[in-house]
Amino acid sequence: MIGNIVGVVFDGLAYGSLLFIIAVGLSVTLGLMNFINLAHGAFAMVGGYVSVLMMTRLGAPFLLTLPVAFIVAALVGVALERTLYQRLYRSSHLDQVLFSIGLVFMSIAIATYFFGASQQPVTLPGYLRGQVHVLGIDFGVYRMFLIFVVAALTFALQYVIERTRFGSQVRASVDNATAAAGLGINVNRVFALTFALGSGLAGLGGGLGIDVLGLDPTFPLKYIVYFLLVVSVGGTGTIKGPLIAALILGVFDVAGKYYLPEIGGFVIYALMVVLLIVFPAGLYGRRT
Amino acid sequence: MPAVTTRLPDGRWNALEIAFWLIPVACFFLLPNYRVLGSQILITALFAVSLDLILGYAGIVSLGHAAFFGIGAYTAGLLAVHGWHEPISGLVAAALVATVAGYLVSFLVVRGGDLTRLMVTLGIGLMLWEAANKASSITGGVDGLSGVTISPILGWWKFDIGGQTAYLYALVVVFIVFLLIRRLVDSPFGLSLRGIREGGKRMPAIGAPVARRLRTIFTLAAGVAGIAGALLAQTTQFVGIDTLGFPRSAELMIMLVLGGTGRLYGGLVGAAIFMIAQDYLSGINPVYWQFWIGLFLVVIVLFAHGGLLGGLDALRARLRKREA
Repeated sequence: MIGNIVGVVFDGLAYGSLLFIIAVGLSVTLGLMNFINLAHGAFAMVGGYVSVLMMTRLGAPFLLTLPVAFIVAALVGVALERTLYQRLYRSSHLDQVLFSIGLVFMSIAIATYFFGASQQPVTLPGYLRGQVHVLGIDFGVYRMFLIFVVAALTFALQYVIERTRFGSQVRASVDNATAAAGLGINVNRVFALTFALGSGLAGLGGGLGIDVLGLDPTFPLKYIVYFLLVVSVGGTGTIKGPLIAALILGVFDVAGKYYLPEIGGFVIYALMVVLLIVFPAGLYGRRT
Repeated sequence: MPAVTTRLPDGRWNALEIAFWLIPVACFFLLPNYRVLGSQILITALFAVSLDLILGYAGIVSLGHAAFFGIGAYTAGLLAVHGWHEPISGLVAAALVATVAGYLVSFLVVRGGDLTRLMVTLGIGLMLWEAANKASSITGGVDGLSGVTISPILGWWKFDIGGQTAYLYALVVVFIVFLLIRRLVDSPFGLSLRGIREGGKRMPAIGAPVARRLRTIFTLAAGVAGIAGALLAQTTQFVGIDTLGFPRSAELMIMLVLGGTGRLYGGLVGAAIFMIAQDYLSGINPVYWQFWIGLFLVVIVLFAHGGLLGGLDALRARLRKREA
């Protein structure tokens, strides 16, 4: 019984940390530019497909594809940000929602055209497969790898945000972009770099998540609800908020599907609505 | 930002509006083979206007409006399946249920900012879809609810295969509801909604209760969506689970933006154009359709702000300036 609970929590933490690494970019850009970007999942999809392409066409090892997925997704992100997103920073949220839905549709169609509509298979390297037996409970090796990578990335992110000059520029721009510009901070460059970082992390998450979340052209639509869930429940503009929210939601989703399979996805939506009623600005959000 | 009107709305009918409403009447006689499509367009147009009430007039971004459409559809359908075949009372019952549901949800929607509202509406829509899917013994699940038999309207007009009765029934109901909405929107209440949309923080300064107004319009919009859903169930004698789904909410938003938000006729025009285009291009590979719709949305948002009617308004303003 205990073994079951521990196993479910462990799986939930792994799933949640994957959601976090993809959604953290969305949280920061939402808090920074106040831009509701429903197309964020598309960057994760880009990373996933880059990873698959490298493994199948170039025969590259899995671990090597991950940094490349990060870089390609970041480049796509910054290109789109400079050309298209930038024009809509001052637009209404409705316009941003419509624009990003349009981008999602286009990305799904492009992915279907080039890669077909089926799930992409991934062959993990041997040392990442299988399970370890600890204290009488089986833990999946790949999920341990996921949690480890995301934990390391979170520490790195926290370091960048708290200890570097760029991080303080981001924090200043999130708090008050006008005042930050008045202090001489190049806010446009901060926006572009942050967007690139966020998209890159999403791409990395997409590559990491092929085994856990699957990869097919409808990925952006399937999972955008979860990413938005993480961001709206956790509060925008921070790292801690979405992290806690992602872990909670991950655990509850896995537990819900395991213990109450008849209700399934209902648990997570109900939990989100409840949390949003109690914390309308998110768990760690700023009250506007 | 939508164009600033030079006159306050006064509820008078102008020639264009009368001409507009003569079109569906003419289509009934001139295009007898398209009556089924026609009634679908009328129903979707009413649905689009209901979304415009909360989106265009009150500024609430909702991605789950199809929930109320589905609630109305399932209420009317379930009533008919379980023995109550009278159409008009079924319609009223469906409207009531949807209105109550909208009232309950409206309390959640007025809290928080845009993102919170988006997520709450999306979450409610998804929850309802999951519930309808799991309760397949009642709702028919993914297979849908069939066997919705409706007795003749007012005991006289039977529903036939040609869609004659369905078309006229839909037209009359849509027109009556539209009249009511038109009266509402051109009233001080409607103006206060526009005020809330443009500057919600300043409205309390002139004594307008913002939260209460938003709740009211959300409830009413849910009721109208429920009426549209019930019409669909009664005219097609079937309720599919897609009436509740997210794709329907997203498609509706696209139609509304196409026609132009914040204008009474935007939803009607947008729905008509979208559905006619979809019918015409339905042979095309769905992948291409999705790509072009996406590109179309991006282009509209970047360049053709205000949709079709907004573009026509801008054109008219420019012509007027040239004459002056």
